[in-house]
Amino acid sequence: MAEQTTITELEEAVIKFAGDSGDGMQLTGTQFTTNAALFGNDLGTFPDFPAEIRAPIGTVAGVSGFQLHFGSKEIFTPGDICDVLVVMNSAALKSNIRNIKKGGIIIANTSGFDAKNLKLANMTSNAMEDDSLGNYQVIKMDVTRMTREALTDIQLGMKEKDRCKNMFVLGFLYWMFNREMDNTIKFLTDKFGKKPEVLEANLRVLKAGYSYGDTTETFTTRYKVEKAVMPAGTYRSIMGNQATALGLVAASKKSGLPLFLGSYPITPASDILHDLAKYKSFGVKTFQAEDEIAAITSAIGASFGGSLAVTTTSGPGMALKTEALGLATVLEIPLVIINVQRGGPSTGLPTKTEQADLFQAYYGRNGECPIPIVAAQSPSDCFNAVYEACRISVQHMIPVILLTDGYIANGAEPWRFPKESELEEIKIEFAKPMAEGEKFMPYARDEKLSRPWAIPGTKGLEHRIGGLEKQNITGNISYEPENHEFMVKLREEKVERIANYIPEQKIDSGPSKGKLLVLGWGGTYGALKAAVRELNEEGFAVAHAHLRHMRPFPKNLGEVLHNYDKVLIPEINNGQLVKIIRDKYFIDALAYNKIQGLPFFKSELMDKIREILK
Amino acid sequence: MAETLTATNGEVLTAKDFATDQEIRWCPGCGDYSILKQVHTILPQLGLKQEDIVFISGIGCSSRFPYYTETFGMHSIHGRATAVASGLKAARPELSVWIVTGDGDGLSIGGNHTIHLLRRNFDMNILLFNNEIYGLTKGQYSPTSPENKVAKSTPFGSIDHPFNPIALALGADATFVARSMDRDPAHLQNMLLRSYKHHGSSFLEIYQNCNIFNDMAFESYTEKSTKKDEALFMVQGQPLVFGANNEKGIKLDGFKPVIVNLEEGASKDDLWIHDEHDMVKANIISRFFDHVDVEGHLPRPFGVFYQTTRPTYEDMMSQQIAQVITAKGEGKLDKLLAGSETWVIE
Repeated sequence: MAEQTTITELEEAVIKFAGDSGDGMQLTGTQFTTNAALFGNDLGTFPDFPAEIRAPIGTVAGVSGFQLHFGSKEIFTPGDICDVLVVMNSAALKSNIRNIKKGGIIIANTSGFDAKNLKLANMTSNAMEDDSLGNYQVIKMDVTRMTREALTDIQLGMKEKDRCKNMFVLGFLYWMFNREMDNTIKFLTDKFGKKPEVLEANLRVLKAGYSYGDTTETFTTRYKVEKAVMPAGTYRSIMGNQATALGLVAASKKSGLPLFLGSYPITPASDILHDLAKYKSFGVKTFQAEDEIAAITSAIGASFGGSLAVTTTSGPGMALKTEALGLATVLEIPLVIINVQRGGPSTGLPTKTEQADLFQAYYGRNGECPIPIVAAQSPSDCFNAVYEACRISVQHMIPVILLTDGYIANGAEPWRFPKESELEEIKIEFAKPMAEGEKFMPYARDEKLSRPWAIPGTKGLEHRIGGLEKQNITGNISYEPENHEFMVKLREEKVERIANYIPEQKIDSGPSKGKLLVLGWGGTYGALKAAVRELNEEGFAVAHAHLRHMRPFPKNLGEVLHNYDKVLIPEINNGQLVKIIRDKYFIDALAYNKIQGLPFFKSELMDKIREILK
Repeated sequence: MAETLTATNGEVLTAKDFATDQEIRWCPGCGDYSILKQVHTILPQLGLKQEDIVFISGIGCSSRFPYYTETFGMHSIHGRATAVASGLKAARPELSVWIVTGDGDGLSIGGNHTIHLLRRNFDMNILLFNNEIYGLTKGQYSPTSPENKVAKSTPFGSIDHPFNPIALALGADATFVARSMDRDPAHLQNMLLRSYKHHGSSFLEIYQNCNIFNDMAFESYTEKSTKKDEALFMVQGQPLVFGANNEKGIKLDGFKPVIVNLEEGASKDDLWIHDEHDMVKANIISRFFDHVDVEGHLPRPFGVFYQTTRPTYEDMMSQQIAQVITAKGEGKLDKLLAGSETWVIE
């Protein structure tokens, strides 16, 4: 052991693992994440992978990254820029160099900086040899060579040996952050138990990486990030799409409705389909439809039959579902439509995040077609948000759009998951059979203005519904001019009345009145919260409120907004919520927008807020 | 064909029970009236409870059908009845699901869903009303209109090659494929019953006259003077014969069907025996599709082209769920929420 190693304590650290798609960076990142979670750190992660499945090896297009932010304090985001950047090749350095802190540590695999790799990354000068990295602490290690050396007597091909090199890096980082490696040893044993040679190789390289730090005297500093103070309870790590899938199963269980998912694969929403397809022991029916339209219309059919019916998609798919959304609105049946937003328009940026489908959710249909909208704000919050979307949908007999985004869908954080018994029941009642001579009225209404859910197989309830304008109460087709106006207003009012059944808007941090309110929605929650909290600590009087219900808004929202001199609405789009708020509440809300397929950095939000408060 | 007239709950239903209080809005003389009547006639014969039947349609003249039928029903959106029905059937396999669609709805805007429904083999009945025209939008050519068709959108004649719906259904691996016509009530009722009895997707193409925009499109097959020479009624296990006195027959010369005359020396023993379970033959006979104006054309076949059995989608879906539950037990939500790895913060 190096004699003069000192241990520096950190409150938080951001590590990014970057390499070629084939370098196993996602696995390395998730292993370190699990380690940090099990240790008791609070954390946030975000994977950053290329749109191409197998981009040419060594190119910038093929760089896959995984960012982890962990700490002994509360963590709300995967971090702005990193303290430690691991680069397995030249392309990984090139595409991540602007994301590292001045003075930060770059761990570079030198064999990824040979002439061939430099050329593939279009780098004219070798950063390992020139002085371009002068502002950073660069730790150069020939990971490839050391991995091979650790495995000289193992009977595996060179390709298979090289596949272990991510374990070297992981082992080294475990050393660097003073960690036990038990979780990874267990993971490898479970994964490669049937391939003893591969298991042995991975374990050996993992330990070699750890020992390399331990025995090489050049590394004199190790870091320690203590446990975070978090509410007591049992935690797990959760990604947004996982949480959405779990929330759907929970809503199915607590409503007593069978779950039906109609879906067509699309990035970044497909994981919800993948997860639900596994949950057959809960009676979940997943239908991979032939297209986006069949995905939503099959769900409409299932809803007509009495299922908790759901369709999952992303922007381009949402566009295709538009006509069916109108049908569900006129049919007044439950349906949950989940849009995991990505960069648009058109195919846009499939693997990058954006919040640019709010207008689409609000207005994107023919005719007057209001649909309630719920938004999720963090990976674990997808569970609560989808549960709420299901509740509104089945209790109000109405389609509901849930907006999540690629950032929270693929990001992960610790989750103090609920017990089944803690979840609120979702009470629903199907229409009862009719006695002989009674006439069923499919568009009769209750105080919520919702109509009966009358499912096939129920005696006496035979009725026909469809996309043609309905007469209220009877549900018969009606072309009467006054009826159409009445029904348009009624459907609007039905959406507005949901406000009577949702919580009032709360202030998340900061004063309840004052100079500035930062109003956000969706996946920007963590960055906004972190920025506002830090500014509060610095003494700035700024508040943060985050919307769960986008349509209708909480009843007190207008009042909340008027409690502040200024309202700032930061969004990952060109300004959408801000226009809706200006229109509805006649306030001069300020917009702050970023449209780069990337989440907000805490630092840029803080700069913006300081500028306004100046 | 009718084996029972009594519903499982002991109620005796009649055609009248399936009429609704809605005013029928098809044009007087439309072929849809006959189809509606034949459907209402056979429904009481199925032994089903009225509330267990669902009719789903898309958009088009034919798609008004559910409003006139006293069962559960949905008049959905253009081309999507097949997809709506698929979701319903997957969710509620015990229901009797019927799709009413047309040549535009089911083969043009909804063509994709139609072929996917057929390959999946949901147990439901697709009634494709083919009038070879867009009626509701007032007279444009459809994907089944013949070439050179002069219509509103083709003043100089259509340059579109038409679909052969039967061949298309066979190509999509439909497990039951049949054709009938509005003007032959007995045949249509028989085909409707056969469609219902088939466990799997039943594709029934029904030639339906649009007397406003495409009158007499099928007259060669429906009018007394020409029907016997132009329409070939396929009967299982029987030779393919047609003509005023059943004097003409179809013989296979290798894979090539030829018309022979029994009164001019041909033997009945040499004729093609219809076998609805033979895919090769079904493919050949589905291609009897030449327009009546084509010299030496073959007669247009009616009846069941093909029938086979294959597990239905909804049965397999239910089985898979049952198997998983048998193997793993019913899912426990608390276990699912906890996932594979948890830690405790004290």
